Amino acid sequence: MTVVSVTVNRTVYRRDVEDRLLLSDFLRNDLSLTGTHVGCEHGVCGACTVIVDGYSVRSCLLLAVQTDGAVVETVEGLGTTEALNPLQKAFQDHHALQCGFCTPGFLMACTDMLRRLPLTTDAEIREALSGNLCRCTGYEHIVNAVRDAVRKRGPL
Amino acid sequence: MDVELRPKLVGQRIKRFEDPRLLTGAGRFVDDITPPGTLFLAFRRSDHPHALIKSIDLGSALSVPGVVAVFDATDIENDLRPAIPSSRMKGYYATPLWPLARGKVRYVGEPVLAVAAESRYAAEDALDRIQIDYESLPFANRAEDAVADGAPLLHEDAGTNAIVVRSFGRGDVDAAFAGAAFSVGATFRLRRKTPVAIENRCYLAEWDKRRSALTLHSSTNIPGVIRDVLSDCLDLPGNRLRVIAPDVGGSFGSKGSLYPEEMLVAVLARKLQRPIKWTSDRLEDLASTSQAFDEIMQAELAVDADGRLLGLKADVIGDIGAYSIYPWTGALEPVQVVSFMPGPYRLENYQARVRGVVTPKAPTGPYRGVGRPAATFAMERLIDMAARRLGLDPAEMRRRNLITAPEFPYRSASGIIWDRSGFQECLQAACDKANYDSLLRKRDEARAEGRWVGIGFASYAELTGIGSRISVAPGMPINTGTETATIRIDATGSITAAFGIASHGQGLETTLAQVIADELGCRIEDIEIQHGDSALVPMGTGTYASRSAVLGGGAATLSARVVRTKVLKAAAHLMELPVDKLVAHNGIVSAPGSNQSITFKEIANAVYAQMGRIPHNAREDLVASETYDPYFGTATSATHLAMIEIDTGTYGVTVTRYVVAEDCGRVINPMIVDGQVQGAVAQGIGVALLEEVIHDDDGQIVTASLADYLIPIAGTMPPIGIVHVETVLPPTQGGFRGMGEGGTIGAPAAIANAVSDALSAMGIEITTLPITPDRIFQLITQQGSLPQ
Repeated sequence: MTVVSVTVNRTVYRRDVEDRLLLSDFLRNDLSLTGTHVGCEHGVCGACTVIVDGYSVRSCLLLAVQTDGAVVETVEGLGTTEALNPLQKAFQDHHALQCGFCTPGFLMACTDMLRRLPLTTDAEIREALSGNLCRCTGYEHIVNAVRDAVRKRGPL
Repeated sequence: MDVELRPKLVGQRIKRFEDPRLLTGAGRFVDDITPPGTLFLAFRRSDHPHALIKSIDLGSALSVPGVVAVFDATDIENDLRPAIPSSRMKGYYATPLWPLARGKVRYVGEPVLAVAAESRYAAEDALDRIQIDYESLPFANRAEDAVADGAPLLHEDAGTNAIVVRSFGRGDVDAAFAGAAFSVGATFRLRRKTPVAIENRCYLAEWDKRRSALTLHSSTNIPGVIRDVLSDCLDLPGNRLRVIAPDVGGSFGSKGSLYPEEMLVAVLARKLQRPIKWTSDRLEDLASTSQAFDEIMQAELAVDADGRLLGLKADVIGDIGAYSIYPWTGALEPVQVVSFMPGPYRLENYQARVRGVVTPKAPTGPYRGVGRPAATFAMERLIDMAARRLGLDPAEMRRRNLITAPEFPYRSASGIIWDRSGFQECLQAACDKANYDSLLRKRDEARAEGRWVGIGFASYAELTGIGSRISVAPGMPINTGTETATIRIDATGSITAAFGIASHGQGLETTLAQVIADELGCRIEDIEIQHGDSALVPMGTGTYASRSAVLGGGAATLSARVVRTKVLKAAAHLMELPVDKLVAHNGIVSAPGSNQSITFKEIANAVYAQMGRIPHNAREDLVASETYDPYFGTATSATHLAMIEIDTGTYGVTVTRYVVAEDCGRVINPMIVDGQVQGAVAQGIGVALLEEVIHDDDGQIVTASLADYLIPIAGTMPPIGIVHVETVLPPTQGGFRGMGEGGTIGAPAAIANAVSDALSAMGIEITTLPITPDRIFQLITQQGSLPQ
């Protein structure tokens, strides 16, 4: 067991965890932050994507102990049901989600890409989204939502 | 304003009420629920395709900290009855479904034993310490071998591997072929798929000692069916057995059957009197969730000199996997392949045989489109092969054979009755939307540059919103043709509408609210739609088979109408006006021509909470529970048009243009319909180009990760152009047709035709899906036409 001290969505947590505990299980089970979803546990689907120290990562491919001292952002740190943030609002406006299971992973991946990528063309948006799997939407409405979010963000 | 002229919510792009919770991590999927004291299951699964279980040695499994118990089939033998996927079909054998393999395993991935532990980590540790000894048995891996005489039997009691055999026929096929100008035929092969909902299956059962009652939280889209069958299996009455499907992360059919793990979780919660949870991982999902579309279709089409269809012959072998699935049976997919193969065409002579064959693979079950993607692939390929033979444009070939408006209702050669739907109109609309003539020019210009570019069509019709007259699965005794809506206005004026459906991405909390708001005259934001809970209505099955908008929308309309009448009658007393002078709109009852009005909230308060405002003998609760049965179903039709380019270096196929023209009747929410079409087409493109469950000769599943089983990603999907064609509204309540599956029906055929068109100069016809770069390479090499 190892003591982990990690900041998640601006709250500091200290927990005693097994060294083998996945970050995804740590967030969901130890911190009850069940918005981060687990879809494949082998790093392909992207449903478990969170942001660690500014970079989007697969939480199923990280151990909780690796985040000791880190700053983690999850979907619970975006807007609330009463006040969606602009990206979440764009997803709703463009019907970019159906079952919603992959959505937290897409939102965190998009949060990261909106911070660092110009995303000036649809091809660039589609390329950036290609690390996340969605089985419901066929991606077109997600592309539309990101394009709208880029427009509202403005150029980098 | 006249009531009829007031803006309706049906037809509008209303933003979904589901979204805020799902966008903020506030959704609640089964795996998000963990009651105190929960035990977690991990399964040891068969690594043999066909073997006897000789012995199980638990070793030191029970000494792993946190491990509570280990169960094999013998430990639960007296705790339940098996589920029997029965059918009235003659000669069909129903394989019993048990939670754990009994004495023998029949596919790699079949659950053999389960460890219950305080954590999933501990349960998996224990699995490693258990030794199972098997005696291998012979097996026939391929359906064409399993169906042969003398093949090793998977279920000895059945006496055969062909547990489903059925024939269809109409007219004189031999005479039709004898009188034909020519015929075209091939053996078409659609390779096995797996649905890949992004949420893996998950079950949590809780036993309530106080009531001796069980609550099962299940990632299912058929909570009502699961409640009913488990009631029999566990001998628990429905009022002590509740199945809840909270937020469910996609299904596409894969969560629409009863599963062994689901049964075991329920059995063990009662046995151990503790909450029991199992969450599938992706390896287990790819190995054990119901698979689909594994069809060998020998088909031949007879045509006259003008391109008119004279006769069709089909002989289909469906690989249904190791077990007949509950409740749909293994007949679901293969029988629909032959019953839908004549398609939306005028065709009088048809003869078909289908055999559903058990093989040592995961059971097949419903998957978006069910049978029709395969049927449409074969038929639409034959149409194009015939058109090419005649030198006829594929659009013109279809125009000559699609059923025309005056011919409806048309009884298809397999007995399906098509009601009036836009068969011809969709073809025309797809051509118009894509600017077909200009696409042809672009294709020819690209070919002149040496590029491999092709255009393909697919036209099809499907039966949706099926009522009680027709079984959703052949011979299935369960009624799936009714839906109940219970609507009530409570004392605060808020409105609750409860259904038997189980939305899992379709947005039914939004679309059904649109229907109710229009019919009841209330504010849409005052409505809560409840679904996904077997306790809501006396009998509900769930959401599948493109039924929920038609049946749920119909039931919503009927119930809302009754409640509106009660609201107006109460308002008439309160306003001292005749009821026929009153109208309800947007939560207000008013009398046109006067300035009197009263809100629903005031009416509800008067009805329930204020003594004497309504005469006691005239007071009625503002509730209604009505059931809708469309009796038959209604035809949804479409034409897809795809343009593709094959990379002449890598043989990879890129879809460059895609258009869908569909007639789904009255559109409730165009935004949601577009989303359904786009998602379904993406799955169809996966069927056509990427997806294939592969078993090796040892019966092992080779595609056991998402790096091996590929589904479409954002970078490879084209934008989809969609045209909603509304011809004559069907006779369903509200004029709705089902539309959740069509995209997956049309896309495989349209792409197969486009690739065949691109390779037509080499004489290549696509007969196997998916069309991988390797398959194109093989075809070109075999043809001896490998370009420089």
